[in-house]
This record gives sequence, C-alpha cells and structure tokens, in this order.
Amino acid sequence: MSTLAVRKSAPAAGTTPGTAQGPPARRRRIALVPTLTLVLGALYCLLPVAWVVIAATKSGRELFSTFTFLPGTGFADNLSDLNAYRDGVYWKWMGNSALYAGLGALLSTAVSAVSGYALAIYRFRGRETVFSILMAGVLMPPVILAIPQYLLLAKADLTDSYWSVLLPLVLSPYGVYLARIYAAAAVPGDVVEAGRMDGAGEWRIFTRIALPMMVPGLVTVFLFQFVAVWNNFLLPYIMLSDDEKFPITLGLFTLLEQGSNTPALYTLVITGALLAVLPLIALFLAVQRFWSLDLLSGAVKS
Amino acid sequence: MPTNTKHRRFVATAVAVTLGATTLAACGSSDDDSDAQSGPAKLTYWTWTPGMDKVVDLWNKGPGKEQQITVTVKKQASGDTLVTKILTAHKAGKGPDLVQAEYQALPTLVSNDAVADIAGEAGEAEGDFAEGVWQQTTLGTDAVYAIPQDIGPMMFYYREDLFKEYGLTVPTTWDEFAETARKLKEEAPDVDLTTFSANDSGLFAGLAQQAGAKWWTTEGQKWKVGIDDAATQKVADFWGGLVEEGAIDNQPMYTPAWNKALNTGKQIAWVSAVWAPGTLTTAAPDTAGKWKMAPLPQWSKSEDVTGSWGGSSTAVTTDSKHKEAAAKFATWLNTDQEALAALAKEGGIYPAATTAQLSEAFAEPPAYFSNQPDFYTRAAAIAKTTAPSAWGPNVNVAYTTFKDAFAAAAKDRSDFGAALTTMQDETVADLEKQGFEVAE
Repeated sequence: MSTLAVRKSAPAAGTTPGTAQGPPARRRRIALVPTLTLVLGALYCLLPVAWVVIAATKSGRELFSTFTFLPGTGFADNLSDLNAYRDGVYWKWMGNSALYAGLGALLSTAVSAVSGYALAIYRFRGRETVFSILMAGVLMPPVILAIPQYLLLAKADLTDSYWSVLLPLVLSPYGVYLARIYAAAAVPGDVVEAGRMDGAGEWRIFTRIALPMMVPGLVTVFLFQFVAVWNNFLLPYIMLSDDEKFPITLGLFTLLEQGSNTPALYTLVITGALLAVLPLIALFLAVQRFWSLDLLSGAVKS
Repeated sequence: MPTNTKHRRFVATAVAVTLGATTLAACGSSDDDSDAQSGPAKLTYWTWTPGMDKVVDLWNKGPGKEQQITVTVKKQASGDTLVTKILTAHKAGKGPDLVQAEYQALPTLVSNDAVADIAGEAGEAEGDFAEGVWQQTTLGTDAVYAIPQDIGPMMFYYREDLFKEYGLTVPTTWDEFAETARKLKEEAPDVDLTTFSANDSGLFAGLAQQAGAKWWTTEGQKWKVGIDDAATQKVADFWGGLVEEGAIDNQPMYTPAWNKALNTGKQIAWVSAVWAPGTLTTAAPDTAGKWKMAPLPQWSKSEDVTGSWGGSSTAVTTDSKHKEAAAKFATWLNTDQEALAALAKEGGIYPAATTAQLSEAFAEPPAYFSNQPDFYTRAAAIAKTTAPSAWGPNVNVAYTTFKDAFAAAAKDRSDFGAALTTMQDETVADLEKQGFEVAE
C-alpha cells in the first residue's frame, strides 16, 4: 500500500499543476522538507546500527572509556572470543535461530497460503466467522499466548524440544490475513473456474495455478514471519531449558545475565548481536527482487 | 464443499504429526522413571553459573559415576525471570531436578511448593556454613530447602590513590561516611564519593539488613512485613539526606555513564559486595590496582556487622523423581573441596562454605586487587559478620516497588521516607492479594 503511494507521489512532485505554478526554486524548497524528514528518519534508524558496528570493534577496555563513535581495535579478538565461548556454542545458537526462523516461516507460509487461498476463493458457511476469529488473533499479542502454549505443550510432553518453538509459530493469523487479501486480489475467480472446466482437481488448481500467482504475497508473509521468529524471545524463553537448543536471542540473554558475581560479557553480546543481524540483511537483499515483482504485479492487477 | 474436507484432512494431518512427535518425545524421556530411591538417576540442573558444566563433569566422572547419578547442566539466564520460568515449569510438572536460586527467591519457590524439603537427605551439611547463611535456606523452620552455594557479604570499595589525594580517611561509621562525602564535595565539587542507585534493590536490602531490619517475619500463621521498620527508615533517611543535600550523586549504577565515572575518577568509592572485583574489571579497566577494599561502615563504633548482596543456593524441586540423588549432588557441589575449588576457578563464585573461603583457590587476591594481598583473608573475616536476613514470599514485588519509588525519589532528590511507605504498602497489599494472612 505504501509503495503505491510512493509511486504516485514521485511523479506528482515534479509534474502536478499545483507545484508547477510556483517558480522552480520554490519547488525545490518544498522537496527539501520531505527529504530532510527522510534523512532524519534514516539517521534515527541507522545510528543504533552504527553504534553496534562501532562498539563491536572495541575491546572490553575501550568499550566504555573511549568516545562512542571512535572505532576500537578489538574486533578480531571479539570475534575469536565469541567463537571460543563454550566451544563455539554461539554458532549452535545461530544454527538454531536459522532452523526456527527458516523452517518456522516456511511452515507458517504454507499454512497461510492454503488457508488464505481457501478463505479468499471458496464460499462456505462460517467463512466470515473463521476469518473474524483469525482477525481477533491478529490483535492478540503473541506474548500473552506464550504461557498457555507452554502449559498445552507440556501436556503433550513436547516442551524443551525443537517442536515446542516451531509448532506455536505455524499458524500466523497475520500471515493468513495477508495471504487471503493477496489471493483475493491476485487470483481471479475466472481462472479457478476455467481450471475446473478443464477438469483439474482443487488441489491441482491451487498448486499449479493459484500458488504461482500468490508467490510475491507469500514472499512477504515468509519475510515477516522469518524476522518475527528470528527476533522472538519470550516463546523460546518459556519453552526451552536446554541451552543447546536456544536461538540467538536467548543465547545472548544468558551472556548478559550471568549472575551478580560475574560481569556481563558486553563485548561478546555486542559482537554477537552484530553477527546476528547479518543473515537478516542477506535475506532481505536476496529476496528483494521478489518484492519488486510484488510491486509491479500488484500495480498491474489492481 | 470439497474445501471443507480438504481443510479437515489438513487439520487431521497436523494433529497426527503432533501426536507422532508426542510419542517420540515420550519414548525419549521414559527411561528416567526408574526406581525413585536408588539405582541410575539422570538429573537436570538449571543454573546460570558460568563454567558449571565443567564442575558437573567432575561429578559425572567421579562420585556420580560410582553412584550412577548423572547430572546435565542446562544453562539459564539469572534473575527474577528465572523464578517465573521455574514456577511456570512447575505448574506443568516439567521442572528440572535441581535449580539454582537466589536466597531471596527461596520463600517464593517454597510457598509455591516448587522446591522440596531435603532436611532428611542433606541436613548434616549445616556445619559447613555460617549460621546466618544456613538460616536463609531453612527460612527459620526445621526444613532445609536448599544448600548454600555462594554469598555476597557487603564491603566498602574505594580508590586508595584518590582518597590520599583529597586527604580523606576510610570511613568506619556511616556518620564518617557522610562527613567524607561532604569533605570531598568541598575539595572537588565535581567529584562524588559514590551514588545512590535505585536500580538494584539488593543493595538497599543489604544495607537495611546490616542496620538490623527484618523485612519479613512470621507471627503464628501470619506474615508480618517490616519494610518500614525503624532500622530501614534510618537507612532510607541517611541516603535520602545525602542525595538531597547533593553530597553524593543520584545517578543509577551499571550504566555506561557510571562505568565512565568510576574509570575516570569522578566517583571514588562504591558500596558493594565480595564480587565487586569482577564488575570493576569491566566497568573501570583503567584503574586496576588503585582500589582497596575495607569493611562496610557501621552504624555505631562498637558494632561489626555487614549485610549481604547477592548469593545463591542449590535447591531440589518437588518435580524431581530422584530427590535423594539430587540432594546428594547438591551437597557434594557445595561442600566438597574439589567441587568448590572448581566452582571458584570456573564460575568465579565466592563460596558459602566457610572452609572453602580460605582454601588454595582464594590464596591469591583477584587480579584487579593485586595491591591488596590479603583481600580474601579480610573477605572471609567480613563474611563471618553477616547479619541474618529475613526474606518473604513476594520479594520480587518489594524489589520492583523499590526500583520505581526510590528511582523517582532519588531523581527528584525528594523524601525517601515516602518511597519506603509506598514499598511497605504495596508489599502488604500484594501478600494479601495472594491470599496470605498478614499481621498488622
């Protein structure tokens, strides 16, 4: 939605009659305000990132004693310390995070695709009720559900397993909502009808015809879920007690909270946090082309 | 309605997958349901102590192997959140066999029936600990709810070089402490003796404990809350007064600004506990070898008591199917010389067991205090003077209220007495809400 707005306003700034009335100089001044706002916004978002990057280069001695944005000399040491910490348990956490986020987002995208498609294409009794309940789920912060989910999974003897973190993530109300909206816009009812006329089964229509049309929307769902799981804290915190199964968020937390007689391992946490962001950045760069496809197809279809 | 069936089939598959996983998990865990009394036992242990896995390895390869008791460490993050996690797990009957618990958390765990009484299995360990320390694990009853692991006797840390430079002497009473703060303000207006920080309630609790406060006591079947008793009021007024007149700083500790103040000599003393060297190493790396430790100032010349700040114990949960085996391990961990030496080396803890406080592991001072060779000898002497403490079932509520009320009071440099009253009222209100009877 916001991308559409940007696309419209981009030519608007240059060519709409409203701005054409004024002299060129004034037009530039008008453009200055949004530019400045965006620059400020970018600074606001990027300064903490810059802090993490620079702080990760500082050794323990330099961390609190040198000027904040002065790069330090300890990056290589921090890396090797992090690598050596408890025989490289950090990489185990990184792998766990990748598993939870990757598999969790994949499963959740699959469920969202099927349910979103069903809700958008089929008309059946109770459809709106199901959808309303899902919408209520969107309003419910997942944090509230963590403890009930723990007690439920404990009944099934599933706590402290990989499943205990994956299963609660599979149904994402927001993902289903997005998939439904996207399917309704991207998969024309006529196409589904034509498929039926040609004798294709419902499953075949979904996988062969509808799914490819929904891919850009599903990529969005996948990315949303991936980032949400990657940053998730409370659910794994409650579910897991074995630190070999911890995701990176929890692992870094244990480095911070080591008890009063041991100092927090700030340099390791900061370096670890920096490395933990890299996969997210890589993922966004890799999936970017699907997103631009999303913009194009979205614009054409609507 | 083809979709309906499709949908239903999907749900059925999902349930089947779930059930399949359940059976698998059940198979995996069924082997530790063996004889509850003796025989092979597999125990899990939630702890935050760094290097605990290495200490437990000693057990698993030594006494544990002989007795067929294997312990697995599951490292956790420390703090109040862990108590919540233990209680949640207990509610589901999924608690580990052993947990590390701070002393002030024990009453909460006991009142929720999460930790077991091991008086029968581990009662004879009493002789290894100072009376005031052991009493924290019995809660004043005949039961034993945990074995003490580490303690945090409070001490006074100061910059020896700067005290000399400003012509200050080490205060032995709190009156002298106040005078020292004022004198320093005259000598160097931009330097503070220390700060009053409201972000760690344990500090204030320890100071009140030194003054003789008993925050939670029992009267028959009722709890009595004495957070605003005379002793605590004395402590609150003392620090409130210093903050109000500007003799000390009012900024919280453990912030980058605080680290910087310590590292650059803007704050030249710290009321802390035996674990301070570790904190100072990261907070003020450039001042190593310039600090010294002294006993905490006293309320009167004739007294010699200190409070405690921090420290934890090893408890056996009620969920454990191997209570006796777990108690055996907990006793070994906290009284065996080899285990204690490993705990000191790997985990950096200061042991609760009195014999270990002067053992080989504590012959040398911490590297940061290389200028004070008798650091641990003095520490052991100070540890003996620890005042008894009195914790109740909702320390977390009192601590949270403390942080809010005292942080605001310190920031506004306003009356600490009012903040203390808030703390008392909210603690009592919460106890009553939880269904405890509270004596007036």
